[in-house]
Amino acid sequence: MNLRRDVFQAIADPTRRAILLLVASQSMTAGAIAANFDTARPTVSKHLRILTECELLEQEQNGREIYYHLNLKKIKEIADFIEPFRKMWDDRFNKLETTMKKYKSKK
Amino acid sequence: MEQKTKIKAEDGKQELMVTREFDLPLELLFKAYVEPEIVEQWMGTKVLKLESKKHGSYQFETTDAQGKVVFRANGVIHEFSPNRKITRTFEMENTPFPVQLEFLEFEKLTDDTSKLNMHIIYRSVALRD
Repeated sequence: MNLRRDVFQAIADPTRRAILLLVASQSMTAGAIAANFDTARPTVSKHLRILTECELLEQEQNGREIYYHLNLKKIKEIADFIEPFRKMWDDRFNKLETTMKKYKSKK
Repeated sequence: MEQKTKIKAEDGKQELMVTREFDLPLELLFKAYVEPEIVEQWMGTKVLKLESKKHGSYQFETTDAQGKVVFRANGVIHEFSPNRKITRTFEMENTPFPVQLEFLEFEKLTDDTSKLNMHIIYRSVALRD
């Protein structure tokens, strides 16, 4: 398995994306997360480990249980990466729209 | 300002979907891709050639204040169906990027609004990113 791990590799896997969506609304224990998947428990544990190593998930000790929750700062890193591309297209299309509105009113 | 452009790039796929809804009738949106002088205005580039027809080709060029060429792109139009669809290749000249394939689909939403779906296919995933 490839050991070079960053957030983008972390979200390349559909199960890991599903885990992120799951804990987005509430902190959950590994057991509670695993209960949502047909996948074997060790596989879910592996996914949790990768997500934690990439800092997309954070662990929190609560009594005897470990709860996982989203690290929003890291999630934002993903959004920030995509943003310039979207902005570029958006700017270009805004310009198209303005150009054509002017064109229409000139006619 | 609200951003109306959506980009979808699936992991591991060498393609990109760009969708955008316009506050323009379909005919005007399509015209923005067909009339050379209009393309020049919103793309901010000079249109050396634009043959909007099947087997037609196009060439864009941008020069800086000193007249030096900073960007030049060209492509061939494979499918041209007015107010509906343009399929074309796009290649940036003098760059290591290989040619890409673009499917542009124009859709009428209401009398005054329309939508553009742009499906771009790259040679490899690495190039998309």
